Amino acid sequence: MSTVEPRLPRSYLEEGFGLRSWLLTHDHKRIGVLYGIGITFFFFLGGLAAALIRWELVTPAGDLMSAETYNKAFTFHGVVMVWFFLIPSIPATLGNFLLPLMIGARDVAFPRLNLFSWYLYMAGGLFTLACLVLGGVDTGWTFYTPFSTMFSNTHVILVAVGVFVVGFSSIFTGLNFIVTVHTMRAPGMTWMRLPLFVWSMYAVALVMILATPVLAMTLALIALERLFGVGIFDPALGGDPLLFQHFFWFYSHPAVYIMILPAMGVVSELITAGARRRIFGYRFMVYAIIGIAVVGFLVWGHHMFVAGQSMYASIVFSILSFIIAVPSAIKVFNWTATLYKGDIGFDAPMLYALGFVGLFMLGGLTGLFLAATALDVSLTDTYFVVAHFHYIMVGGAVMAYLGGIHFWWPKITGRLYSEAWARFAAILMFFGFNLTFFPQYILGWEGMPRRYHEYLPQFQVWNVLSSAGATILGVAYLLPFGYLAWSLRHGARAGPNPWDATGLEWRTGSPPPLHNFDRPPEVDEGPYAYRR
Amino acid sequence: MMLPQASTVAPNVDHLFDTLLALCALVVVGVFTVMIVFCVKYRRGTDAVRTPARQHLGVELTWTLVPFFLFMGIFGWSVHLWIRLRTPPKDAQPVYVVAKQWMWKVQHPGGQREIDQLHVPVGQPVRLVMTSQDVIHSFYVPAFRVKQDVLPGRYTQLWFTATQAGSYDLFCAEFCGTDHSRMRGRVVAMPPADYARWLHAHQGTGLAAQGADLFRQLGCSGCHDPQSGVHAPDLYDLYGRTVPLADGSQVRADERYLHDSILLPKKQVAAGYAPIMPSFEGRIGEEDVLALVAYLKTRTHAAEDPDEHR
Repeated sequence: MSTVEPRLPRSYLEEGFGLRSWLLTHDHKRIGVLYGIGITFFFFLGGLAAALIRWELVTPAGDLMSAETYNKAFTFHGVVMVWFFLIPSIPATLGNFLLPLMIGARDVAFPRLNLFSWYLYMAGGLFTLACLVLGGVDTGWTFYTPFSTMFSNTHVILVAVGVFVVGFSSIFTGLNFIVTVHTMRAPGMTWMRLPLFVWSMYAVALVMILATPVLAMTLALIALERLFGVGIFDPALGGDPLLFQHFFWFYSHPAVYIMILPAMGVVSELITAGARRRIFGYRFMVYAIIGIAVVGFLVWGHHMFVAGQSMYASIVFSILSFIIAVPSAIKVFNWTATLYKGDIGFDAPMLYALGFVGLFMLGGLTGLFLAATALDVSLTDTYFVVAHFHYIMVGGAVMAYLGGIHFWWPKITGRLYSEAWARFAAILMFFGFNLTFFPQYILGWEGMPRRYHEYLPQFQVWNVLSSAGATILGVAYLLPFGYLAWSLRHGARAGPNPWDATGLEWRTGSPPPLHNFDRPPEVDEGPYAYRR
Repeated sequence: MMLPQASTVAPNVDHLFDTLLALCALVVVGVFTVMIVFCVKYRRGTDAVRTPARQHLGVELTWTLVPFFLFMGIFGWSVHLWIRLRTPPKDAQPVYVVAKQWMWKVQHPGGQREIDQLHVPVGQPVRLVMTSQDVIHSFYVPAFRVKQDVLPGRYTQLWFTATQAGSYDLFCAEFCGTDHSRMRGRVVAMPPADYARWLHAHQGTGLAAQGADLFRQLGCSGCHDPQSGVHAPDLYDLYGRTVPLADGSQVRADERYLHDSILLPKKQVAAGYAPIMPSFEGRIGEEDVLALVAYLKTRTHAAEDPDEHR
């Protein structure tokens, strides 16, 4: 790669220093940073709720808080983590920052819309937060009817409004990414030369604009039933409660892929840079991303095997769920094969990426148990499911997000952090995570249902282990806060390309100038053009 | 602590679980070993041979197709078991369950009632016909490896055959509000002789007899009895029959149809009759509906049990 350091004007961080220069910015990089601040705030709030849940579950009796409070705590945790952290996490922060850089563009296609989507996100987020803290909601993040429409005495409608608003920020971000990738690629940047991170952003943008409107409609229908008594979901009014579950999972299953596809994109960048090697099977990786995004729309019914849907519908959803596991398997094998004959360094981003592959594999394989209808009968709505999706969402998406933050931190801030601390945090996180969530697989198989405030004494040992793990995990999540903040003032200057990585984002200054590149870059080779 | 295998399907479910677990463990160990070997051998600074990367179509196809066929195998096995789990044996004895926040109410055909307990005989298939009075609940007995959501406004069913006498945990597995985690109970499986004694000791008025009383008290007989002057469908031999509807479609008169015809009579109007029946929605509870349905099932011209024909 070129080691020529181009003489650049001011970096984007020096374009203005006042609050105004941030709050009115149209720069995709600054908007990415704004999103980063927002989601970090929500991540710690959601984590606090998780800590309360785990502390309550140390003992079988419900002694730390009342059942009502506990139910509100796990609803708070779910709502905040899903809609205000996981869904925007990688796309809105790293995606916003990197997508234009990676395709050699000056900005996204609609910079004002981009800023507007951040305001929608913050407005919806803070509004929901106010409702959750001041009143609370006890329906779980899934809002199952008719409990949510006719029986819950909590602030369902207000929270639904918040989620509704935030949905539009997803839709606008998706729209922006699709148009940007289609129209603003640098000369020579053909579709098959796009970095896998860009492919994953493109796929996720498609899922966002196609699935999110269904969520918006569903929430609107809940409001219609709750406020005006229109019978849609409650059988007492002539509605059908299963209809809600179909609508909800038609959005929320693709939403799982909104969370994990970007993580897969990030990890592909991290592993190639860590191993200094071309990705193994680039085309298959692209097809796998597209395959997951498309088939992801057809598997929602696997959440409803015992919900009362027809036996034959469940069989169809089961086979589709097995089929969608194939592209995920392809990706794991290709990442592993990328290491072959590589030149592997173990910097913090690579540790996160390797941790991701391991945890994602465990999460993915346990998904097979849940796709198998006969096993799902026992496992669904138990802690097995809780463990499974936390392996994907936390072990997968959060590890990849943090890996990405560590990898591109020098690009975003221009500074290097303490490598020793970062490695320590990554390893501690891996152990803390497994101690928290592996026992939950066992709890689930032994029959402990989820969303239980009190539980039977035979489940206590595994619960105590899980809570101990959660404490370690909590500490591990706090560490990056310290050393990353420290690096902002005291870290060494990074230089344009501290990892010796390929990719257009490394061919400009760290931090990049306002319009990213002096001249539009020209591309004459595929991604990951490492010597090996 | 091992979970007991207390139903006929439990060993089959566990067999599938264990096989899949072994397969996954093999994959995990395999991939981790390869990753670790690569990470050690090709770590930065070693002088391992590093030729440029090539693409291998054969390798890609291998690790696409092998998992695919393995998955299809697991899928086939699982579906086979799934169909069995969802198809109650013909001779299964029905027991009625009504869920409400936050308790399980059980009625046996002989009129025995229990709350948060279910007594069943060992070795005989039992079919639970379940409905909810409020929100969605889920009937879950880990020791039997069975679970089924219980919905308001419709009947869902679940069957099992207990194989070991004992008392097993019953959980509500679908979040149903404040005291969800207290909506627990016990399923007591007893040897048939003990079970017969238990039934005898707890005998009440039979469910169908209760239904017959309700049929008169609520005024159903005023229209539906043969002597009545009102033009209303004759309910003899109705259960299990195919009923032509006013909109031209047909429906099988199962438990759900009878339930809906009582609570939502305008939903499916029998062909040739005016929709004049009043709704009993809000006037009678799900338990009374169950009693009425039980009575309608026995209201046959022939003296035989219509359950035999299902």
